[in-house]
Amino acid sequence: MSGKPRLHYVNARGRMEPIRWLLAAAGVEFEEAFLEKKDDLKKLQTNGDLLFQQVPMVEIDGMKMVQTRAILNYIAGKYNLYGKDLKERALIDMYVEGLADLNELISSNFFQPADKKEEHLATVLDKAATRYFPVYEKVLKGHGQDFLVGNKLSRADVQLLETILLVEESKPDILAKFPLLQSFKAKTSNIPNIKKFLQPGSQRKQPIQEKDIPRLMQIFH
Amino acid sequence: MAGKPKLYYFDGRGKMESIRWLLAAAGVEFEEEFLETREQYEKLLQSGSLLFQQVPLVEIDGMKMVQTRAILNYIAAKYNLYGKDLKERALIDMYVGGTEDLMGFILMFPFLSAEDKEKQRAFIVQKATSRYFPVYEKVLKDHGQDFLVGNSFSWADVHLLEAILMVEEKKSDVLSSFPQLQAFKRRISSIPTIKKFLEPGSQRKPVPDDKYVETVRKVLRMYYDIKAN
Repeated sequence: MSGKPRLHYVNARGRMEPIRWLLAAAGVEFEEAFLEKKDDLKKLQTNGDLLFQQVPMVEIDGMKMVQTRAILNYIAGKYNLYGKDLKERALIDMYVEGLADLNELISSNFFQPADKKEEHLATVLDKAATRYFPVYEKVLKGHGQDFLVGNKLSRADVQLLETILLVEESKPDILAKFPLLQSFKAKTSNIPNIKKFLQPGSQRKQPIQEKDIPRLMQIFH
Repeated sequence: MAGKPKLYYFDGRGKMESIRWLLAAAGVEFEEEFLETREQYEKLLQSGSLLFQQVPLVEIDGMKMVQTRAILNYIAAKYNLYGKDLKERALIDMYVGGTEDLMGFILMFPFLSAEDKEKQRAFIVQKATSRYFPVYEKVLKDHGQDFLVGNSFSWADVHLLEAILMVEEKKSDVLSSFPQLQAFKRRISSIPTIKKFLEPGSQRKPVPDDKYVETVRKVLRMYYDIKAN
């Protein structure tokens, strides 16, 4: 028993990726146990390791934690990435939930019928550019600080960077009209723990490849 | 100006209902402004009050809070319904995550076609009785305490009661195999603030009807079809 958090998921981004990002940003080393076939999931279920029969599951501090938000809240709280008081937490939560919505929209493109994918993606990118990114640009402009909340790195910054990079994979020039988000991206990417996570060979996962889809679907269905 | 929290939403449950429950459980009086027309919504949008152009919106402690989960987290912490430390919070968050997923299946129910409603009803009951209720039944059985976490009333208890009542509206005897949950339901329902909220005339909203669906569609211009799970 190493004492490091142990992540149980498939070898893909999915719902585990924000957790990988947050642990990495906090400088916490973690292990991963990948589900490769349906039996791997079944085994966790029969062992009673999954409170609601679902992954993500993270073994951390003697707990088998499930529910992505619960896990993220715990890590953020433990590693001081959750603001200094209730009001900062309120801001962080608002910002993070907005980004989670955008992330969900992007991920849902994967499940769209083939003939609807392109149109759906266009709608999502439009939302990124008109509903979400302007908010964070305005926040940064309003206080002129490097970080979204309380002049200090928090989970909101980590999540924002993750989301920017995700959207850029679909539209590389998405930040063209957002100068402050561009400099935010540059500065945050340079934070040592994050810089390390962005380098090849880290535990950051790549976008799903078409060829992996059947195998992944088979594990869950 | 401290004042009472003010809730901006439709006159119906939707995503605001869990917030009403939590404020009520905490004994916090609140005001409500109901969205009935597209014009009201556009006015709200133009005022810049909606961070992501969406409701729920709750004005509380000088903030215009959006994002249901952010609002619930804030209220829970402020009124000491979020456990005493990080580990209790972790348990509460896990339990609330489960009941939120369960209630999520019910959230879209009013927007479904009649045929899909029947399918969804069966789906909700199946998930409730095979995936979710057994978890909370076991938690209560294992520690034998009155509340889910830390032998102390928390957000997790409020959320579970809300979920139980919502599923019972879909199948009234859904708790028949869950004696711990039956006792839990009776206990939590008799907590004074909750008892009051469960009485007629409170700000608790009824089961959504066609009028509610029509209002939401009209105000949000949400005319596309919603699919069942």
